Amino acid sequence: MAWLITTLIVAPVVGAFLVGAMRNYARSVALAFNLITAIGAFLLWRSFDCSLSGLQLVERHSWIPAIGAEYLVGVDGLSLLLVILTSLVFPFALLAQSRPAGDRGFCALMLIMQAALYGTFTAQNFVLWFLFYEMSLIPAFLLIKIWGGEKRDRAATKFFLYTFLGSVAMLLAFLGIYFAKGTFDFAGLGELAKTGDLLTGNFTWLAFAGIFLGLAVKVPLFPFHTWLPDAYETAPTGVSMVLTGALSKMGVYGFIRLLLPLFPNEIKILGPWLLTLAVCSIVIAPLAAWAQSDLKRMVAYLSINHLGYCMLGLFAVTATAARPLVEMQAALSGVFMQIFNHGITAAALFYFVGLLEQRRGLRGIDDFGGLMQRAPLFCGWMSVAMFSSLGLPGLNGFIGEFLIFKGSFAIAASFTAVAVLGLLFTAIVFMRVMQSLFSGPLIETGVAFADLRANEKWVVVPVTLLMFAIGIVPQFLFNIFNSTVVQMARLFS
Amino acid sequence: MTPTLQLFLIISTALFSIGLLAALSRRHAIFILIGIELMLAAANLNFIAFWRFSPEPHQPTGVLVAIFSIAIAAAEAAVGLALVIAIYRHYHTTSVDKLDQLKG
Amino acid sequence: MSSWIVTNLWLIPAVPLGASFIILSLVNSRRRTAAALAIIGQIVAFVFAITAFLPTLYLPGFRAIHNFTWFTFGDQALRIGWMLDPLAAAMMVMITLVGLCIFVFSVGYMADDKNFSRFFSYLSFFSGAMLGVVIANSLLLLFVSWELVGLASYLLIGFWIERPSAAAAARKAFITTRIGDLGFFLGMLWLYHNSGTLLFYDQGRGCLENAGLLAIGASATFIALLIFCGAVGKSGQFPLHVWLPDAMEGPTPVSALIHAATMVAAGVFLVARVYPLFSLGAVNGVTPSLTVVVSVGVVTALMASLIALAQFDIKRILAYSTVSQLGLMMVSLGVGGVAAGIMHLIAHGFFKALLFLGAGSVIHGLHHEQDIRKMGGLRWIMPVTFLTYAIGMMNLSGVPFFFSGGWTKEEILHSTAHWRVSPLPHYLMLAGVILTALYMTRQIIYVFLGSARNTDFQSVRPAESHSAEAATTTENISVVRTDQRPVFHAHESPRVMTMPLIVLALCSILFAFVLTPAWPWFHAYLNGEPARVDFTLLIQPMLFFSLALVAGGIGLGWLIYRRIPDPLARARPGLFRFLENKMWVDEFYEQTVITFSRILARLADWLDRYFWDGLVRLFAGIGQALGVLSKGFDDHGINAGVDETMSGTRGFGRLIAAAHSGQIQTYLGAIAIGMLLLLVLYAWLG
Repeated sequence: MAWLITTLIVAPVVGAFLVGAMRNYARSVALAFNLITAIGAFLLWRSFDCSLSGLQLVERHSWIPAIGAEYLVGVDGLSLLLVILTSLVFPFALLAQSRPAGDRGFCALMLIMQAALYGTFTAQNFVLWFLFYEMSLIPAFLLIKIWGGEKRDRAATKFFLYTFLGSVAMLLAFLGIYFAKGTFDFAGLGELAKTGDLLTGNFTWLAFAGIFLGLAVKVPLFPFHTWLPDAYETAPTGVSMVLTGALSKMGVYGFIRLLLPLFPNEIKILGPWLLTLAVCSIVIAPLAAWAQSDLKRMVAYLSINHLGYCMLGLFAVTATAARPLVEMQAALSGVFMQIFNHGITAAALFYFVGLLEQRRGLRGIDDFGGLMQRAPLFCGWMSVAMFSSLGLPGLNGFIGEFLIFKGSFAIAASFTAVAVLGLLFTAIVFMRVMQSLFSGPLIETGVAFADLRANEKWVVVPVTLLMFAIGIVPQFLFNIFNSTVVQMARLFS
Repeated sequence: MTPTLQLFLIISTALFSIGLLAALSRRHAIFILIGIELMLAAANLNFIAFWRFSPEPHQPTGVLVAIFSIAIAAAEAAVGLALVIAIYRHYHTTSVDKLDQLKG
Repeated sequence: MSSWIVTNLWLIPAVPLGASFIILSLVNSRRRTAAALAIIGQIVAFVFAITAFLPTLYLPGFRAIHNFTWFTFGDQALRIGWMLDPLAAAMMVMITLVGLCIFVFSVGYMADDKNFSRFFSYLSFFSGAMLGVVIANSLLLLFVSWELVGLASYLLIGFWIERPSAAAAARKAFITTRIGDLGFFLGMLWLYHNSGTLLFYDQGRGCLENAGLLAIGASATFIALLIFCGAVGKSGQFPLHVWLPDAMEGPTPVSALIHAATMVAAGVFLVARVYPLFSLGAVNGVTPSLTVVVSVGVVTALMASLIALAQFDIKRILAYSTVSQLGLMMVSLGVGGVAAGIMHLIAHGFFKALLFLGAGSVIHGLHHEQDIRKMGGLRWIMPVTFLTYAIGMMNLSGVPFFFSGGWTKEEILHSTAHWRVSPLPHYLMLAGVILTALYMTRQIIYVFLGSARNTDFQSVRPAESHSAEAATTTENISVVRTDQRPVFHAHESPRVMTMPLIVLALCSILFAFVLTPAWPWFHAYLNGEPARVDFTLLIQPMLFFSLALVAGGIGLGWLIYRRIPDPLARARPGLFRFLENKMWVDEFYEQTVITFSRILARLADWLDRYFWDGLVRLFAGIGQALGVLSKGFDDHGINAGVDETMSGTRGFGRLIAAAHSGQIQTYLGAIAIGMLLLLVLYAWLG
């Protein structure tokens, strides 16, 4: 079944060309290809042996031998998790997006982005990985630039240039590593780093800085996050969902795959500073969200906060001296859970904000009031998403956050103690939203506000059920990556 | 006074100079043509003179060259006149001052 | 049977939770089905609770646990479980019984509400979540249920969502309790880290058993205090008590449920549940963490009783009395009287639910009038309510003999008397007893005795009042309160509302018989000892002393509050206003913590927009400036050089072109000169 991964990567591209070639039915074709990828992801999950820890379903071809570039794809638990997440987020994003003008281009670009994401999450060779990594950037840029809201030019350019700058820095750093060591293979580089032979002297720091910058911008980690609120605010609903649901995971994935295994010593030296950045993301982002009046911007800031939890867990696992294996496993599992959960929940939140915008063309927090009286279903389901996002037990958000905090508290107690403030501020923000939108007297914008329609329920209900399922019986997700967690914890210790 | 090569050369030089002067100074195309004909005549004179005073005056080489040259001159005069007429028809003038189409 | 119920203990919270979700999926118009489902769910839970209660009766100190793996992360298993012990069993019976009464009462109270079925869904959810707290054998499971209780309280307090004040109160409750929960969360993480498990009891390996406690060691104090933060938030202890009086914005049955049986009890229950952590390393029953518990409890109890003296909203008085009673329970736990505290918790559950439902009955009878100044003389109009309310008041004031509240309060005072650290809590609690008697007497006098006071409205004609009533009941309860409701239109509540009152009153009286010192069965049951009968213990100096205090308090109240308006307000207006405004704690928080956080938020936003993004823009600007510079260099450096060469070439070309005059004679002349020159050159060179 080794061809499965390649199929996953190629299918959306084929779909994109088909969408481009056909005059009509763009949305249906895109959705059909998403069905194919969903089936592919499911088959991948089925044929993946969860009890093994290494790469599986590996496909390897020589590509450009001169520069050590290979076509090398394979999945471990983490990759599989992200592939599944991508396969979930994209169809919902396509369903969520109201048909814009030029729907053909929109669908085609979305499909290309999807292919790029599959590639990013499965490639095991830097050149290939970087190719996909950058390939995702261009559709995203175009999607924001063409179909975005007001200020789209500025936001798209900022998004593109900022992330591209990071990518260039990372590419340079990797070229440096390649010239020093002659390999682009993730596994090989990891082995070298483990024995301390990767790089020496100031050059190490330069390479570290380059890769760190590239990934920190992508995640984004405070204070490299300022492109995110603009981009997420401006992007059309479906693109916001994809950006936050899948694209933002590329940064975290990069941290786990590249930076943390390759530069263990540097991270240890910078440990407290990195943890501080993560804590800043966690605490400052929801504070800033509190001060926003635009709902989309608010959700964007909370997205920074949630990815901050991931970074806290990762830095705690790698950046400190004394690390019991149990706690590392807890933190890593928490990070993986959080990656998945944030993808689902934040996408759902963007979807709901998108519905508000679609119905009334407004998304200010003060533009609505008393919606509960007109649209109880809408408010109810949106509340579930918000409670999931603020980490209410019984919903998916809690599991990941609990494990991250458990792991990082044991390793870096003081940082974690400050970070729990993020939980409070997130709650304050969502309480403010709920109070402002749902309660109080019905104001004029909500008078003819339609409750959830049948087609919208098709998006909302499965996603919410998934949230409940992960919150109550999360074992099925843990099974995917437990062996990988064990292996990775050993690798980092 | 015996005719010497010197004398012929002086005459032909004078003839050439007169032809040149005519070609350079006259503005009328016909006169320039006539000047050129004079210069050709000077050249022919030179051919004949050099032949006559060459070590082997028995071979008729000089005469042949001169005849050939005269034939070319005749042809040239014909073409030149035809050109002048064509130019006149086109520009209604034969003054070379007005004809500066070749100006760079 | 006993093992079956232990394994399936989860059914007790699951049944109400399931009922809640089923009701939620019903259409709003199926009102009868909704209420029936909720009540049946509660009855089933009650039956299960009794089933679970029975086995705990046979064996003193019965404790059965059922643990299982929730999920596995890495190669670690996270285990949770539930347990059945006297504490859990007693709490379950109390919650389900009180809950059942409240559910039935709600059928009458909420009869006119358009979101009737949603209300029952929330109530069931609340009940289920609270039962989850009680059965948990794992701090994690407890925390999960704890948060769900918080969610349910949020939903219920903000039930009349179209009222801005209700939504604000709900938000305040959620956030305030979450502040406490942060501490709880950290304490849980710390505990997990130190002991390696969150199970309370796990055949010797649990965190509350010897091995676990040994592993926790010296950090127990901090862990206990952090966990106590959660209890402070949930149980409305100072300084996080501010949400509790505001929570009165919810419908009255909700107030009863939150303030009597469930949510606020959770904090006290939590402390009792993890008591081994608090008492770890105790010398003479005193640890730093317990001393903190006592201090918080004392401050809360006194402060709340004082504030209760100066409130005019019938529910707010009860709310503050709840806060003060919870403080009392905390004091009891802190001084070592765990059983006493829990006994009071359970007795309080009965009589406070009774009082709240009584207040609800009054409010319902007066068409949503809550100001006690506009009541009075209701004793004849609402006899059942009056009688049951009086029983509740006796309980709360601490009259012993037939009232359970009296005995439990006695027990608590007894425990405080033996505290080694300071006698101060004991005396302050005695003062609290007087205050409690005082404000309850005041309330009774205001509400039930005397004559109807709002004569201003007596002139309203019945026809008008009917229309006003119709407007309030059919449309929406939240519409602006018109004061067009004459008190003579008041009526006794229907049977569906009075029956729960009677049941609760009976419970609070019957419960007294297992609390007396003569046969302290319940005390022994909680402590896992066999109970002895000894009637001589009834004769105690303490008993008479506190009886005298209660009688004095009630008598004093009678003397003071016979005359209305409030004599205290006239005698000490400044003090009264201070108390009436809840000691300005809310305003203090508004001015300090909340303003500060708002400023922080603004600052974060500002920094983000201008500083961090400014830095990015600065770098972008530098890039742009470099671009401009490079363009300038291109334009004026490189381009200029090329241009210069180009123009030079062109000039030279023009120069040459000038020779091409087109004048044939010029060319001819040039040839001639050239020839001449060649000639000269030839001649010269030879």
